[in-house]
Amino acid sequence: MTESRTISATFGRILVFVILCALGVTFVVPFIWQVLMSLASLKDVDLLTQTGTPPAVSMGVTIWGVRIPWIPSNFGLVFERVHFAKYFFNSLLVAGWVTLLQVITSAMAAYAFARLQWPGRDRIFLAYLATLMIPGVVLMAPNFAIVLGLGMFNDYSGLIIPAAFSAFGTFMLRQFMLTIPASLDEAAAIDGASHWAIFTRVVLPLARPGLIVLAIFTFLGNYNSFFWPLILTKSDNLRTLPIGLLVFDSTYGRETPLIMAASLMAMVPPVLVFLLLNRYLVKGIQLGAVKG
Amino acid sequence: MATLTLKNVRKIYDKKVVAVEDFNLDVADGEFVVFVGPSGCGKSTTLRMVAGLEEISGGTITIDNKVVNEVAPKDRDIAMVFQNYALYPHMSVYKNMAFGLMLRKMPRTEVKQRVTDAAKLLGIEHLLERKPKALSGGQRQRVALGRAIVREPKVFLFDEPLSNLDAKLRVTTRTELKNLHNRLKTTTIYVTHDQEEAMTLGDRIVVMSGGLIQQVDSPLHIYRKPVNRFVAAFLGAPPMNFIEGTLKRDNGLAFVSNVGNVRLNIPGRLADGASRYEGKPVVLGIRPIAMSEQPIGKFAPPPGDRVGLPGGYTITLETHVVEPLGEKIDVSCSLPGAPDQKILARIDARDDFQPGKPVILHLDFDHVHLFEPGEFGKNIAL
Repeated sequence: MTESRTISATFGRILVFVILCALGVTFVVPFIWQVLMSLASLKDVDLLTQTGTPPAVSMGVTIWGVRIPWIPSNFGLVFERVHFAKYFFNSLLVAGWVTLLQVITSAMAAYAFARLQWPGRDRIFLAYLATLMIPGVVLMAPNFAIVLGLGMFNDYSGLIIPAAFSAFGTFMLRQFMLTIPASLDEAAAIDGASHWAIFTRVVLPLARPGLIVLAIFTFLGNYNSFFWPLILTKSDNLRTLPIGLLVFDSTYGRETPLIMAASLMAMVPPVLVFLLLNRYLVKGIQLGAVKG
Repeated sequence: MATLTLKNVRKIYDKKVVAVEDFNLDVADGEFVVFVGPSGCGKSTTLRMVAGLEEISGGTITIDNKVVNEVAPKDRDIAMVFQNYALYPHMSVYKNMAFGLMLRKMPRTEVKQRVTDAAKLLGIEHLLERKPKALSGGQRQRVALGRAIVREPKVFLFDEPLSNLDAKLRVTTRTELKNLHNRLKTTTIYVTHDQEEAMTLGDRIVVMSGGLIQQVDSPLHIYRKPVNRFVAAFLGAPPMNFIEGTLKRDNGLAFVSNVGNVRLNIPGRLADGASRYEGKPVVLGIRPIAMSEQPIGKFAPPPGDRVGLPGGYTITLETHVVEPLGEKIDVSCSLPGAPDQKILARIDARDDFQPGKPVILHLDFDHVHLFEPGEFGKNIAL
């Protein structure tokens, strides 16, 4: 009896292990493929995809006249062929500003919806929430018209300001703030705090996990955003990474190794953000799940 | 230090739910007043109106002769201790206590002085650098108290501050609170649903039910002279026993129960007030401590006892369960032939007390009352 139970438990554990390994491989293989591709020359790609033969790696990059032999040459080529550094900067700038502004505006709106009493509050919140149901594509044209009318076309402001407000962020932080006991606000009010002081010195510090989760989501979402920057920017100077990478797939034909090399480099900030803040991400998701 | 006046204060939610109605109270400078009542009686709502955390639907609240109806909580010069302590979890104990002073732009040296003094007073100097989550319930309670003390407010407001503590700690903290009030002499309003807390702490007690004040008086006076059945039932532990019956004229005034064959002569003091209820239904209230097996001392029959009348000044009960308490025993009884009419008697302990046999108990009529019928039936002998 006990022995058969031990055997079935062991078998179950092995099964779970195998499934997890298979899932792990599923996630890792494309990444390995990407790394291999990023090292290959254009003519090696067919060889790699058709026969699985590893590519001959061409090494060496020259940066400001200094040759660095241990960097594969494709990575250097990316910089030579397009304004990769500029795209990179644009992506970080836009995603950074959007994240900062969206966290601020969402937190303020969430405080108003979660903590202040005012007529029509819950109805307006519902209306606010209802905007989440409208597909982004539907809003693309009217938003474009508005941005055009405001003179923000082909400008950083057009990329940043429309994305600085978020119903999702407001909703998420409101739910988060509802879990903070109201008696803390009341204690602070009696202690002499104004609404601003309650917001900045009591509620915001306690909502930190929620703020960080929203910041991660917003940063990653905007860093990868493609369609809006595509229709809103005309000059090469304003392009962000996803659009910049498109160059390798159009103007010069499809240059898979360069796309792979560029996207590998583009992955660095999101991966860093994730590595640094993933404990908050997990905590935030759990908090939302349990209390929200 | 301040006086506090509530005049015709009322609170209505959503234009229909009446939480507090016609609340009138004058609190003297330095007085400790306890609001007590069951859940939903409006005691916390009233406290929150004094704090400015709830709007007032009608009437006026005055602190030191200044009407504060429209004054923000921060400008009322009050401090409040909450049931869940409401300590800021991200701040150290020191910062929790200093927060209110720093918001008022007090010089750092003075803030430090006040926090240190309050911490010493409460015995929490060694906890100043800790965060609230690293404190026990009792320590948190002290910090919440400290946060109120450092402000040196005109009025302290306590909203069931001891209800999250265990029974033992509740008793010791209660004593400390009383000591603290004796030292600081700050006008205090204290809300609790625990009648024992109310009795031990308050200079005066406000008993509330259904948003209305039932009685305001000193603890002992309320205990001895409850104005109605609700107050009598709410204050005093174990709670008062009630028996429904009728007053009859039968060689003097006598109470005859509806069930259980109780016939009890009503002595002079009670009879004077009760005579006009002759022939009418009434409710007899007997405190558990008002019964004894021995007819001595305060349990002796009144002078002029008409000996030989059935029942006389005693009550016969069937006994069921005995719970020893030490000096006393709690005896769960019922009226003869009426097992649903429960009576609890707290009498002197006796080793050979046998439950299951009938017992004749003599009454201390200072703790026997007669009420009009109904939950809020008024005390007819006052």
